[in-house]
Amino acid sequence: MGKRTGVYICSGCEIGKSINIEKLSQTVTGEQNITVCKNHSSLCSVEGYELISRDIEKEKLDSVVIAACSPRVKTGIFDFPENIICERVNLREQVVWCYEQGEEDTQMAAEDYLRMGIARVKNILISQPYIADDISSDILVVGGGITGITASIEGAKAGYTVHLIEKEKKLGGWSGKLYKQIPYKEPYNKLIEPVVKEKIRNVEDNPDIKIYKSATVSKITGQPGKFEIIIQNGQEQKITVGSIVASMGWKPYDANALTHLGYGKYKNVLTNVEFEELIKEYPEKQLAKSILFIQCAGSRDKDHLPYCSSFCCGTTLKQAKYIRDLSPETSVFIIYKDIRTPGLYEEFYKEVQKDDYLFMTKGEINEIKEKDNKLQISIKNTLLGDDIEITADMVVLATGMTPAGTEDLNLAYRLGKGLPELKYNFSDSHFICFPYETRRTGIYAAGSLRAPMDIPSSMEDAKGAMLKAIQCIEATKRGEAVHPRSGDKTYPSLYLERCTDCKRCTEECPFGAYDETEKGTPLPNPTRCRRCGICLGSCPERIISFSDFSINSVSAMIKSINVPDEFEEKPRILVFVCENDAYPALDMAGRKGLKYSPYVRIIPVRCIGSINNVWISDALSKGFDGILQIGCKPGDDYQCHFIHGSELTETRSENLQETLETMMLEPERIKTEFVEITDYYKITEIINEYVEAIEEIGPNPFKEI
Amino acid sequence: MSIPHKKPTLIVGGGISGITTAVEIAEVGKEVILIEQKPYLGGNVIKMNNYFPKLCPPACGLEINFRRIRQNPRIKYYTSTTLLEISGEKNNFSVKLRSAPQYVKDNCTACGKCVEVCPEERPDEFNYNFSKTKAIYFPHEMAFPAKFSIDDRYCKKESCNKCVEVCEYNAIDLSAKEEVFFLEVGSVVFATGWKNYDAGLIENLHYSDFKNVVTNVEFERLIASNGPGKDKLIRPSDNTEPEEIVFVQCAGSRDENYLPYCSAVCCPASLKHALSIQEKYPDSKIKIFYIDLRVSGRNEDFLAKVEENKNIELIKGKVAKIEEVGETKNLIVEAEDVLSGKKIKHEADLVVLATGIVPSDATLNLNKDQNGFLTEIQKEGIHAVSCCKKPMDVSSSVKDATAAALKAIQLTG
Repeated sequence: MGKRTGVYICSGCEIGKSINIEKLSQTVTGEQNITVCKNHSSLCSVEGYELISRDIEKEKLDSVVIAACSPRVKTGIFDFPENIICERVNLREQVVWCYEQGEEDTQMAAEDYLRMGIARVKNILISQPYIADDISSDILVVGGGITGITASIEGAKAGYTVHLIEKEKKLGGWSGKLYKQIPYKEPYNKLIEPVVKEKIRNVEDNPDIKIYKSATVSKITGQPGKFEIIIQNGQEQKITVGSIVASMGWKPYDANALTHLGYGKYKNVLTNVEFEELIKEYPEKQLAKSILFIQCAGSRDKDHLPYCSSFCCGTTLKQAKYIRDLSPETSVFIIYKDIRTPGLYEEFYKEVQKDDYLFMTKGEINEIKEKDNKLQISIKNTLLGDDIEITADMVVLATGMTPAGTEDLNLAYRLGKGLPELKYNFSDSHFICFPYETRRTGIYAAGSLRAPMDIPSSMEDAKGAMLKAIQCIEATKRGEAVHPRSGDKTYPSLYLERCTDCKRCTEECPFGAYDETEKGTPLPNPTRCRRCGICLGSCPERIISFSDFSINSVSAMIKSINVPDEFEEKPRILVFVCENDAYPALDMAGRKGLKYSPYVRIIPVRCIGSINNVWISDALSKGFDGILQIGCKPGDDYQCHFIHGSELTETRSENLQETLETMMLEPERIKTEFVEITDYYKITEIINEYVEAIEEIGPNPFKEI
Repeated sequence: MSIPHKKPTLIVGGGISGITTAVEIAEVGKEVILIEQKPYLGGNVIKMNNYFPKLCPPACGLEINFRRIRQNPRIKYYTSTTLLEISGEKNNFSVKLRSAPQYVKDNCTACGKCVEVCPEERPDEFNYNFSKTKAIYFPHEMAFPAKFSIDDRYCKKESCNKCVEVCEYNAIDLSAKEEVFFLEVGSVVFATGWKNYDAGLIENLHYSDFKNVVTNVEFERLIASNGPGKDKLIRPSDNTEPEEIVFVQCAGSRDENYLPYCSAVCCPASLKHALSIQEKYPDSKIKIFYIDLRVSGRNEDFLAKVEENKNIELIKGKVAKIEEVGETKNLIVEAEDVLSGKKIKHEADLVVLATGIVPSDATLNLNKDQNGFLTEIQKEGIHAVSCCKKPMDVSSSVKDATAAALKAIQLTG
């Protein structure tokens, strides 16, 4: 309180035509503690900016409220010194462009939004970043296969010290067991030496990479900037790192489950991994007269691995080439579902196809039998029309990959030892545009742990994950959040004296930012925090706040709204919207001139998961007739940037609805909806339909009290 | 600790890859300059209706990225700008840039008054010319930066002057000239992206002859709710809503006569299109003719979803021929179902060609591979990333762009 606030109202872009600016300024100066209030025909012009800047100096303002266009535009213009709080009130996109010009309801909306903006400014603070002491710039890489090795080399090249841990006696992982590798650039007609060989030498010669072989991680505590790692390699070693790359790789699918393909039944049925080892060990060995490959052995199969492992088609073509290069007398058969050699791998596929001793067909395996030491494979649904039978000396099953899992990280986290997993246990990001999204801040999965991938992809992935690991350290040094609220300098502060150890924050934080004491009191780790505010929303004691987003700042906004009494027949609906999707959707609806009910008042929030129940009760006691919460899609294909913010809100609202019923209030007074950013038509319909539904129900009985 | 002054990285191309490279470098704490030849950022992806396999809108992730750009003082960007020359060595390049005339200045408030008075029209490049805008136009509703643009091929300039007169902010300067300027940079990343293969070259598919044969990228706009048909999917010949739709996979791809390689994205893209049509028009009938269905990794689930849909038929076989039915402008698609060996003749309202990815035209003389893609390392300090380097989907491009960010910080220290 006691802030010196300047209010600036823009009349440009039709705002002045639609709203009575004079009246708007009067409501402000009359009701609020405002140092100065001015109007201008174009605040975003140089003169407008100078007007505000001059006042900041002359009037010693510490905060300005700019009532003009959406905060999503002209951001570069309204860029004041860091110690000035700047609040944008969206009169253009979300009042003038979507409501009728000159109407009383339009004016009322503008006045409310201005009051809300002022109320917010009065209840927020400039953020002081959390900067931890002794931030480590070292990076831990767990897993010394091609991904981990590449990550280590590339991290060291960027000037960071890397600690590389490998559980085996030597580095290289699966890629170290290869005989040859598929060419991934021109020329495509020759197999290449496995790239891992040279990389192992590079990593072992690099003074900035500390290698721990036959080693495991027995415990990880701490947070970005300061993870404490306990390593076991015969003895116990402790190191401190700033961030972590998890590259534990993959395991072959267990072929023992493939008895229908003869594995375990017939000794000449091998997996692709076994075949690779055989060739690597005995490249000069006399090979059988005929070898048949079965693609998708246990892959793309709902009884085994429902997904495609991406590498097996290429690997089979490579192994077929081994055979043909080493043993020109041997015939090779490949039975596939689809040949998947995407991108420029097609070039390699074409090279291999040139060979007349290679026979390929789409088909499904009917049965495999052994007779006179030969394997008889009957195949149906082939491209040849009829079922066929092939006799071969050896069958190679192209089995897929499964992620190795991340439990071995042994995170001493409230939410578990490993990284959260998506479907099929990959520790992947769910976001197409943000493949390194992680739910454990500062720990980035790379390579086949994240998704099935081949060697070149794993190498690229290693670099990407390493960049994120470096970025996390640097952001932590600046006291800033990482993606998606990158640059955010706020962080949650907890008034623990009032904590009841209910554990909701520790359970609901999607990022595992909170550990807890034995009693259940939260132990915050600020640099793990992604600033979504879900903990703020979860806390029944209302003890969690951010400097610019708190129980008070939003409550004050709600309380600043003028709610007409029931005789005026102007219902009021409070609408909380996700600031990344629903809010821009409303801006675009405005740009398109789509109209919606002027009875709503919109409050953007970091995530609808950050909505605290107390705001709902504030709104109901203030006399609001309904509360609508619009977030991003939950479920399998969730679009919520904070993973389960939307889902949590839905559950919380269901509980609230039950409470409403006990208070003889209609449960419909609270509603949760989901939109996509491009749903501008839909969002206006959602609002209008909800307002109609509330009008049907009638006014909130608490209005009278 | 004092931070030694280092030269910024120049990123050429403001699509998803260029944007990603830029923000990822800047969030490490380094300076970047991003240039884009169009008046808006977002490249090809901003024109996409949705992404596979989540069927979510690209605008969602771009909104986050635009915010990352807006608030980060270490990112400078120039739209309507191209690279003319690079000279020098790593850590010490001089680049010559050209900005097209800025008829609409940065103080444009995007109020839209100018559009009301503009008498000239132009084909809307954003909608692949299926619709029109005024000569002064807002590129699309999500446009970043949010300002209007003038197409000087259609604007009558001072002889009309209507927009200048109506603009209250003095934001239009019809006498603006192009600007050529130089910058000092430490490294350069080419993220110039891709365009789709010229379908007109594939003779038997008659893209240039038959109006209702469209490409997959054009289809993205046709199905989009902010596309030419608004909320409806319309076919070009008569703006009616098609019911029978055929997708031709590998249109020109994996074919020595046209594009010898596979573009890796067209299979999942067509599956996505089929599902998007089904969502809007559950009674529509869709056939997809393919050579192999290349839907790798966990996208297999996405294929399974399509296979469950009774109105989408997947047929292994290459389309041999397309003919137009004179009156209706419908199309007869001829193909062989290689599994049954049967010849198929099927009448469709709309045919979508799944054309592949070719690298965008390079403005400079750069090193290329046999297929015209840029080689990854042009020289020390100059790298190519994502689709100008090889065909890949959005997620892989972003991954590659993040890796390129690491390369850049290694160079510039």
